[in-house]
Amino acid sequence: MAFSHAIVEKNAFVLIALTFGVLSIGGAVEIIPLFTIHTTVEAVKGVRPYTPLELAGRDIYIREGCYLCHSQQIRSLRDEVERYGHYSLAAESMYDHPFQWGSKRIGPDIARVGGKYSNDWQYAHLKNPQALVPESLMPKFGFLAETKLDYSDIDMKLKVQRLLGTPYTDEDLANAHKDIEAQADPTADATALLKRYPKAVEASGKTGSVTEMDALVAYLQVLGTMVNFADTSEEQLKQ
Amino acid sequence: MASSAATAMLDDGSVVNKVFYNEAIVRKFVIAAIIWAIIAFCLGTYLASELAFPQLNIAPYFNFGRLRPAHPTAAVFGFGGNVLFATSFYIVQRTSRARLFGGRAWADFVFWAYQLQVANMCISYLLGFSKSQEYAEGEWHLDLWLAVIWLSYMTIFIGTLTRRKEPHIYVANWFFIAYMSMILILHVGRNLCIPISPFRAKSYSLFSGVQDAMIQWWYGHNVVGFFLTAGFLGIMYYFIPKAAGRPVYSYRLSIVHFWSLTFLYVWVGAHHLHWTALPDWTQTLGMAFSIMLWMPSWGGMINGIMTLSGAWDKLRTDPGLRFSVTAVAFYGMSTFEGPLMAVRDVNALSHYTDWTVGHVHSGALGWVMLVSFGALYYLIPALWRKPGMYSTKLMEWHYWLAMTGIMFYIFAMWIAGITQGLMWRAYDSHGFLQYSFVESVAAMHPYYVVRAIGGGLIVTGALMMAYNAFRTITTSDESILWAGRRTAGALAAGE
Repeated sequence: MAFSHAIVEKNAFVLIALTFGVLSIGGAVEIIPLFTIHTTVEAVKGVRPYTPLELAGRDIYIREGCYLCHSQQIRSLRDEVERYGHYSLAAESMYDHPFQWGSKRIGPDIARVGGKYSNDWQYAHLKNPQALVPESLMPKFGFLAETKLDYSDIDMKLKVQRLLGTPYTDEDLANAHKDIEAQADPTADATALLKRYPKAVEASGKTGSVTEMDALVAYLQVLGTMVNFADTSEEQLKQ
Repeated sequence: MASSAATAMLDDGSVVNKVFYNEAIVRKFVIAAIIWAIIAFCLGTYLASELAFPQLNIAPYFNFGRLRPAHPTAAVFGFGGNVLFATSFYIVQRTSRARLFGGRAWADFVFWAYQLQVANMCISYLLGFSKSQEYAEGEWHLDLWLAVIWLSYMTIFIGTLTRRKEPHIYVANWFFIAYMSMILILHVGRNLCIPISPFRAKSYSLFSGVQDAMIQWWYGHNVVGFFLTAGFLGIMYYFIPKAAGRPVYSYRLSIVHFWSLTFLYVWVGAHHLHWTALPDWTQTLGMAFSIMLWMPSWGGMINGIMTLSGAWDKLRTDPGLRFSVTAVAFYGMSTFEGPLMAVRDVNALSHYTDWTVGHVHSGALGWVMLVSFGALYYLIPALWRKPGMYSTKLMEWHYWLAMTGIMFYIFAMWIAGITQGLMWRAYDSHGFLQYSFVESVAAMHPYYVVRAIGGGLIVTGALMMAYNAFRTITTSDESILWAGRRTAGALAAGE
């Protein structure tokens, strides 16, 4: 036999080079085509970048580790679609850096929780989940309502998001602070905000200051609401 | 030590080359592994208790969401990582008959830098810094620090291999190479991100949505495949033959085991994303390769267990070996369960439930933890030159506590997971979903209590090990009554 495994066993660099080669194949074959095959993410109308307040809320969602108990990925199974709504589309998380699909449902899936409950319910539930759902295992997040949202870094965040491919316009960037204040203030004129970000939900627990809970509720209320399934057919979604 | 080798005469008059191994570094990693084990098990037990009794959540720092990432970090990287550093540095020196490359200071740097890293990761999650990528939650500055540590580690390990005096590279070292190479690839690939500012511990992943999900589970599953499997197989291939006093069952099987495992494992991550928005072709590849992976896994298990041929009696007298061999049996069991759960139709039931959590822990506790304890019980007397552990009885107690704890854990999670899966998809006679989600939550309570008790047993066992190790290290040889299987002789080459 021309090849003897002894060559590999006696030469550290041959062993390392071969190992690296073998280790690279699987990942390359499964990952690279996801970027090159354009049907991986189907084209649907309605998915937009997060408003600055929603993005700040999403960062709080990440900070508090919500993804560890709540998935945001409805699988294409009968019971899931009946329980949670239309199965999740790839396009719906295309601006999620990183994705929040989750892996465990200690609590229910919240991919389409937006609009399912009122703002009042969301605020009360976050502060004391057991008051509304006695069997709930969820920790209390009342401190979010006491903490003012620090959005001094929102410009940096939007800029990096844009760098990563999220289509924020110059106008969006210029109005980031104003948009946050408009979305968290029930008395503010939200016309400009809604023009830039359709379906954005005003979220305000307290007048006078923007809290972390406002941001989180704004994020929760938009989840799963961007795509209008009434004008999207199964045929269009086929990959 | 000025020179790394010297000539010495043994009692029988033969002259051998003595190599002064760097054992001080191995001793440090062993102690760190024990400390992190206790931290990780306590965190796990507390988290399990939070799910059984949610009033244990203490906002904001000890809420479940912040505390949860600290548990796998302390367990996998703290406990598992320190065991891997200790054993890989021990094994590579002995099987190469060469002192550790790079000198004492560099190895010490890797030690202290790594402890700081794991502690920083755990604390930063409690403070709210997280990338939310499971098992890679650490923010970008911690990722950079880990890359420095990892490259140093690999340089020391490979440097030692290149100065070996044995022509062959021993099979355990192949697995160590696969593990450290893949972790390097994974660490870089998964953590590509852009910080929002060089002065802020906040970044956004380079990838989004479906691609980010695939990269996450390519990462996540291969941390299991290479950190928790390949690395610990390296441990199996050294310590089981050593403790049993028998050669590896089949050398040919180890070659097949190695290449098929390294090739196949990388493909299977997609099975975490069945029925999701990930394209079907990727899901199918993930499932097919998961099933194929069964073969090398069982080949490796057979190779490990059959090494005991002719030495089965040692299981009765050597509790350390019993840990290792039980671990290999668990390895066989969880690598049977894994491909089963990777089948799309099984996954439809099991995914998002506690069955997955149980599966991970039958691997992490049954395989990784037990094989680590086996290695530690071998290493502690060997490194501190004692005839054996201080108390065999405590080892026996530890073994049975650990076993009972694991059984409590995985049986509770099997029942919990399958119950959840069935409740979520149950329909009543009118064709409506039978249960609300919260009914499935309420149904979990007894199983979550049982799991927490299992965790408590595992913590107790680990505390016994820590005490036993402390007494072994600090007690003089004479008072160790157990006639050890090893003698604390000179570190003669070819030992």
